[in-house]
Amino acid sequence: MKEESREKRIKKPSGDTLSALVMVGPVTLIMVLLVAVPLIYVAVMSFCSIDEYYNVIPRFTPENYERLLDADYLKIYARSVFIAFITTVLCILIGYPFSYVIARTASRKKKILYMLVIIPFWTNSLIRIYGWRSFLGSSGWLNSLLISLHIVSEPIELLYKNGTTILGMTYCLIPFMILPMYTAIEKLDGSLLEASSDLGAKPAATFFEVILPLTSSGIFSGSLMVFIPCLGYFFVSDILGGGNSDMIGNLIERQFQSGNNWPLGAALSIVLIVLTLVLVKLYQKLGGDMDALGV
Amino acid sequence: MKNIVEIEGINKIYGSNHVVRDLSLSVGEGEFLTLLGSSGCGKTTTLRMIAGFEEPTSGTIKVEGKSIEEKEPFERNVNTVFQSYALFPHKTIYDNIAYGLKMKKVPKDEIKSRVKEMMELVQLLGYEKRYPSQLSGGQKQRVAIARALINQPRVLLLDEPLGALDLKLRKQMQIELKRLQKKLNITFIYVTHDQEEALTMSDRIAVMHDGVIDQLATPTEIYEHPATKFVATFIGETNTYDGCISAISDGVATMTLENGAVKVACPDDFSILEYATVSVRPEKMRFSKTPVEGFELVAQVKDYIYVGSVLKCIVSLPNGNELKIERLAGQELPPVGSRCYPYWAPEDAVLIHNESHYYFEALKNIKLA
Repeated sequence: MKEESREKRIKKPSGDTLSALVMVGPVTLIMVLLVAVPLIYVAVMSFCSIDEYYNVIPRFTPENYERLLDADYLKIYARSVFIAFITTVLCILIGYPFSYVIARTASRKKKILYMLVIIPFWTNSLIRIYGWRSFLGSSGWLNSLLISLHIVSEPIELLYKNGTTILGMTYCLIPFMILPMYTAIEKLDGSLLEASSDLGAKPAATFFEVILPLTSSGIFSGSLMVFIPCLGYFFVSDILGGGNSDMIGNLIERQFQSGNNWPLGAALSIVLIVLTLVLVKLYQKLGGDMDALGV
Repeated sequence: MKNIVEIEGINKIYGSNHVVRDLSLSVGEGEFLTLLGSSGCGKTTTLRMIAGFEEPTSGTIKVEGKSIEEKEPFERNVNTVFQSYALFPHKTIYDNIAYGLKMKKVPKDEIKSRVKEMMELVQLLGYEKRYPSQLSGGQKQRVAIARALINQPRVLLLDEPLGALDLKLRKQMQIELKRLQKKLNITFIYVTHDQEEALTMSDRIAVMHDGVIDQLATPTEIYEHPATKFVATFIGETNTYDGCISAISDGVATMTLENGAVKVACPDDFSILEYATVSVRPEKMRFSKTPVEGFELVAQVKDYIYVGSVLKCIVSLPNGNELKIERLAGQELPPVGSRCYPYWAPEDAVLIHNESHYYFEALKNIKLA
C-alpha cells in the first residue's frame, strides 16, 4: 500500500514535467542557440591558434591568455577601468540631482522631463556620438563660435583625448544611471523626509541620513549598468578618442577587424565577460537588487 | 492655564479649495486637545501647519508666544507622530529614537541614557537592535511616540496615531497615551476621526467641519450640549427634529414639528418663532403606550435590536423618519407593529440653533449706512 502510494506520488509530477517541458522548451532552445552556443564557441576559440595567414586552426594553446599580460595591454585595462570609473562617478553626480527633480516634481512636468531622458535613449548612439564629434571638432560649431567671439584665435583641439571619451561615455550611458535612481527616489516615502525635518534635521542632514541611504540601491544598480557597458562601448572611444584613449572594447574590436586575430579577440572577450560576472556577483553579494538591473 | 499654542485666523487655500477657513484656536499648557472631524474637514491640514509642513495662506500661529509660521519644521519646538509612523526603515530602533538628539548634537553618553529611559517608558527595552520591519504595528507606534517624545517637545502633534491598529490594541494604546501625557505633562494636539477615541482621551475637543471649528468644548459638553446639528449627529447617536419654537414658558419651549408638538428645555438665547433643531440621545428617549402630556408624536414600533446590555428600538413616525430609542434589556416593551408615543424629559433634549439663526444674527449686526 505504502509503496504504491509513493509510486503514485512520484508518477504524478511526470505529467507536469511534460507540460512544463512544452512551455519552457522553445525558450530553452533559443537560449541555447543564441547564448550558450556562441559563448562556448568564443571560449573554445580563445584557446585556438592561428597559422601564418591568420587562419584559425583548432590546436590548443594558452598563448592568447599569456599575451593579455603584455605591458601595453595592462595599460589599456587600467585606462578602461579609469575611464569607466570616472564616467560612473560623473553619471552619479549629474544623474542624481536630475533623477531627484524628475521623481519629486508634479506629474505633468514629470512626464516631460522623463521623456527628455528617454528620447535620446531611443536614438542611435552612434549618430549621437558623431554629433558630438562634429560639435567639438576643429571646424565644429563650438570652435567656430569661440573664434567668432574672439575668445580663441585658433581652433582648440577638443577631440581625441581621454576627457572627450569620458564626455561621450557619460552622455551615452547616463540614462542607465537615471532610470534606476529615479525608481529608487520615487519609492522614497515623503513622510520620512517630513519626520526627519520634524526631528530637527537640517536639509543637508536629512539628505545624508535619510535620502541617500534609502536611494543608494538605485545608485548602486545604476553604477553597475554604467560601468560594465562603458568597458565595451568601443565606438565612443573610437570616434571621440581617436585611438588615444583605447579601452578593452577597442582591443577586442581590433582583433576581430583589422588585427584579424580572432583567438586573441576571443580571449579578451572571455576576460571581459568574466570581469562582468565578477562585478555582478559582487553587486549581488553586497545586497544589490537583481530586478533593478532588468535581468 | 497658560496658552502654549495660539492660532489666529489661519486660512489654507489649495487652488480653488478652501481647506481651513479663518480658524482660531488656543491650546493650554499640558492640555490634551483633539481635532475631531470626518476626512477632508481640514484637521490634518491644521496640524501640518502647526508642524510646519504646510504654510498657512494667511493668519498666525504662535507657540510659546512666538510666531512660527515662517520657521522651518526643524526650527520648531514641536514634534509629530505620523499616521504611517514614518520610522526610518534603514535605522535600528535605537537609532530611530536617538535621531532627534543626534541632530541636536547631544553627547553620545547622554543620548544613550535618554534613549534607554525612553525605551523603558514605552516598554520596548530589548528591541534596540531590531529594525522597524521586524516590529508589530503596536510596537512601531510606541517607537514613533518615543522618537518624538525624546526631544522633550513643548507640544506633541499626533496625526491619527492609532488609525492603523486593531480595535483591541487601539483601546489599550488610548489609555497608555493618555497616561503618558499626564505623566510627562506635555501638550498633545491629537487628530482623529474616531469620536469615541476623542471622547475617551481629550481634555477638550474641537469638532471640525468644512474647515471651521463647529464647537470647542470638553467631551461632556460636546456630548450633552452640541452647539450645531453637525456636532450632535457626528458625536454619538442622536435623533434630531427640525421645527419652530411656538411657545416658551418657564424655560421650556414648545416646538412645533412636522409630526406634532414636543417640549424642550430652552436656553435664554432662543426666541419665540425661531427655527431650531432638537437633538435627543437614544438613551434619553422614552416611549409610552398612552399619550404623554405635551408630546404629540405618534409612532409605530418597527424593530428591536438586541445589543448586549441595551435594546435598541427603531420606531417610525408618520412622515417616515425613524427614531432610535435605547432601553435597558429585560423591560416590558410594546410589541413590534404596535403604536407608541415617544417622549423625553424636556431637560434631556438639547435645542440647537438652526444655521439660518446665525445669518439673522449677522444681518442684525450689519449697520446700514
